[in-house]
Parts: sequence; structure tokens; C-alpha cells
Amino acid sequence: MDDNSVENTTINRPRRRLIKAAAYTSALIVSNTSFARASKPPLGRVVIIGGGYAGTTAAKYIRMWSMGNIETVVIEQSSQFVSCPLSNLVLGGSKSIHDLTFGYDLVKKNHGIQWVNDTVTSIDADKKRVRMARGELSYDRLVIAPGVDVNYEKIPNLASAEAQALIPHAWKAGWQTVNLRAQLEAMPDGGVFVMTIPKAPYRCPPGPYERACQVASYFKAHKPKSKVIVLDANPEITSKKGLFNQAFTQTYAGIVDYRPNNDIVSVDVAHKTVTTEFEQVKADVLNVIPPQRAGKVAQSIGLNNVDQRWCEVDFLSYASTLHSDIHVIGDSVSAGLPKSAHMATSQARVCAAAVVALMSGDQPDPTPVFANTCYSFIDDRQAVHVAHVYRYDAAKKIMVPAEGGGVSTAPSDQEGQYAFAWANNIWSDVLT
Amino acid sequence: MVFSIIDVAMIKAFFIALCLLIPTGAMSAETVQPTPNTVQQSHIRVLAASCAACHGTQGNSVGITPSLAGLDAGYFVAQMLAFKQGERSSTVMHHHAKGLNVDEINALATYFSEQKRHTSISPIPQQLKDTHGR
Repeated sequence: MDDNSVENTTINRPRRRLIKAAAYTSALIVSNTSFARASKPPLGRVVIIGGGYAGTTAAKYIRMWSMGNIETVVIEQSSQFVSCPLSNLVLGGSKSIHDLTFGYDLVKKNHGIQWVNDTVTSIDADKKRVRMARGELSYDRLVIAPGVDVNYEKIPNLASAEAQALIPHAWKAGWQTVNLRAQLEAMPDGGVFVMTIPKAPYRCPPGPYERACQVASYFKAHKPKSKVIVLDANPEITSKKGLFNQAFTQTYAGIVDYRPNNDIVSVDVAHKTVTTEFEQVKADVLNVIPPQRAGKVAQSIGLNNVDQRWCEVDFLSYASTLHSDIHVIGDSVSAGLPKSAHMATSQARVCAAAVVALMSGDQPDPTPVFANTCYSFIDDRQAVHVAHVYRYDAAKKIMVPAEGGGVSTAPSDQEGQYAFAWANNIWSDVLT
Repeated sequence: MVFSIIDVAMIKAFFIALCLLIPTGAMSAETVQPTPNTVQQSHIRVLAASCAACHGTQGNSVGITPSLAGLDAGYFVAQMLAFKQGERSSTVMHHHAKGLNVDEINALATYFSEQKRHTSISPIPQQLKDTHGR
């Protein structure tokens, strides 16, 4: 997956673009003569920063819906895609991180997406240029999908890689997830796992509670004298409340100790001890999920204009309210909606459709509607969901949940099967 | 001539489909040549694509959840209305069906009926590299 070729990064080649334009056009004429657009040259170039659920989906659908007429370049610093959904199952022990890790080869090849494996160093919004460690790119429209930036301002002694090796956040799936699992495996029976949850909004509202269930499930089967202490900065469980409450008090009674309104103040890294506003808690294995904000790339050009954390956008196009030709999608958006992978892909498709429309001289859909389903695993087999349709409210200018949405009545194996089907289908949709 | 229950259901579904498809007839190939970026087409395409997380790209599921691509429009509408009205039990689908209006259900039925059914591919899992986020 080491495709940092200069060929991809140096795209300032008029001749190359001309040849490509001719190739696009002739291919389209052959494949579908009924579309008037087929005789037009490519509509320009979109650069997408970030190859997670949002960025990769946007790239694929811009290519599909422009019928190849928009040149699409993704800049992603990692050479692999690691899924956050299902990564709590790695902590529970029923999945390996390698089950959740994929390459980008298929989606690149199938949709003619140009891919640059590099790190963005700066964006010049006036000149419409993105600078990277190893090159520079111009764009007609920019899509930023950087995910979240974990924010250690309040607990600065956790900001270093050394501190996070001892106390991982594991809130971006990868080696930190593997580290946390290894610590749980090494912990003797009778130990205490402590996790802290930041105030909402943060990535994946039900994620922390699913994590508590996964660790409790592992303890119940393998280390029954061990405990899970959940220190939640929020006044109550923020998602699927009744279902998680039932899991904590019934399925994992005597294992999970849930303590709301308990915001972290400081951490003693060496002693794995958390101080909150009310108490000090000593852990054998400690997982601090820090507060979050829009990814660094969005911050670098000041797009995080809501509480200096999240990015305000126009929900018809996901264009930033500060730069009309820069779009922001995924967890960085200030949406008042759950920051889920499914939501990220839905935002990406609304954005993709709007980008194609705008670059074709058309208007974006004034009334977008989409669906969101989010599953959480209670153990290694049983899952629960929350599902809603969201539609644009023209008066409020935001996406609001439609009537009729809701949560599962109870955890079930059947929903567990559907949750795995969700993962397999969204991976297929995003990555092929 | 005696109809079985299934026959009756199919005939019913066919007539429901016929009635429901009339208002969306403007979208069919016979009346208007589809252009890729009309607002209405874009609208329903984006909504339909949000079903992909469970039902696959353009309704071609990789498994367990049903494929929607190529489904008979009348059958699709009948099932969605049954979910919406609580006549067909479900774990999740009633939450979605109740959130959609009848026009959207009709348009989704037309959209999915026009998609070609094929086998979706899955990405192959791979070893997490040492360089990823260490």
C-alpha cells in the first residue's frame, strides 16, 4: 500500500490532464450515449482530506455520481483503514484488530480515485491549494473529513505517546485498541478496569457504554472477580439509556459500577489513578476517553467555529459557513446528531451529490433525507440498535430526526447478526 | 379458478404497485429521459444510498440482510407499508418505515427496482501494519 508515488502527488501536468479528459469523455460516450454530459470535459478536481468512513465514501460517490467527470484525489496519512465500529469487540476478545483492518486498493481501482498517502501541512484557501509533506495539490472544491482530534488540554500529562502507552484512549481503532486488550488480558482476576467518558458531544455516543459491556463480558467469562468502574462526565447514559442501564444492572450486576456526573479533573499516570470532582479512583487498567474536537486539519484554517470545537456547515451541501468551496463531513461537523460511521457516510453522500450538482452548474437538493442505524454489542453475540430517519428542516436549517425512530426492545442474537451484516455491508460500500 | 393465499397477495401487491407507481411515472424512462443531476433524482439516490450500510451499495447486500436491487416495486411498497403500519414485525425496519412518507417509499421502490442485481464484493481483512498510528 505504499503508493506515495510522485505521479499521484504531482498533478500539475496540463498534458496529463488533457489526455485523461479525453479518455473520460470517450469512455463515457461508448458506455452511455444518452447522457448529454458525456460529451463535456471533466468538471474539475475535488481534493478530499481524510480516508475514513466519510472521506472515502465522498470520494467513491463523487466519482460514481459525476460519472467520472470529476477528478477526485484523497489525501490520507495512513495506508490502512481500521474500523472503529466493532473495535470494542477486540476489547471483549471476540474480534481481532486484523478482522477490522483493510486496504484501499479496491475502492481506488474500482472508481478511479487518485490516492495520496501523505500528511497535509497547510491549506491556502485563497489560492485553493493543499500543501503536504511531499507535494502540493490545487483544487476546485475541498472536502475535509479529518475525524476527531483527541483533546488533552485539561489533562496535559496524558498527551504524550509514552503516557498513552500506559493509559490508552483507544478511541481511534488501531494499536491503542490492541494495547488496551493486552492490558486487560495481563490484568489478574480481581483487578479493576476504570474508564472515563467525556461530556457529549464526542465520537460515537453509545461507544463508551458498549465498551463497558465488552470488558464486563470478558471479565464475566474469564475474570469473574474483576470490576468495571465507569466514570461518566455526563448526567446520565447518553445513548440507548434503558438498554445499557439494563445491561449494567442485570447482565453485568456486580461487575459494572456506573457513576454519572463524575468528570475527570486529573490523572496520576504512574499510579493509574483518576481524580474527579468527587473522588479518587485507582485502576489496574485505565482507559481515559478524552474530550474531542474537529480534526487538526479543520482547526488549521479555523473551520471549528462552534465552541472552538466543531465546524458549522450548510446541511444542504456540507459547505463550511466560513468557506463556500470547502466542505466538512463526518465527526468534525457540528450537527447535533450522533457522530456515527453511518451518519458520516450519509453526510458524505449528501455532500457528494451537492458537489456534483454545484460543479455541474446545478443546485443541491433543498430537502435531503437519510437514514441512520447504529448497533452496539452487549456481549459477543447480542446487539441492540438505535435507528432514525433524518430530514432537513428548512426553518431551522438543520437535520432533524423524523417521527418513528427508536431503539431495540431488548438485546438479541438476531440483532447481533444484523449488526455484523451492517459492518460487512458498510465496509463493502465504503471500501469497494 | 382458485387462487392460493400467495396468489392473492401477489395480485394485491401488483395492483397496489400499479396504483402507487402512477404518481411517480414522471420519473420513468418512457416519459422523461433521466439526467444524472436532476434534484429529484439526486434526492432519492442519496436517500436510497443511506440504506447501503445494511443493504449494500445500490441495494446489493453482501449477505444476511436482503438485497433490494431489482426487487419488484409493488412488493417493496407493500413490505414498507406493512412495516410502517406495524403489520409486519421487525427489529429495525419499522423505525425507518415510520420515518419515511409514502412518496419517499414509492420513489425508493422505483429506484431499487431499476438497480441491477449482482454479487457485491467485500474487502479482504489484512494485518494491521506496525506503522499505523503507533
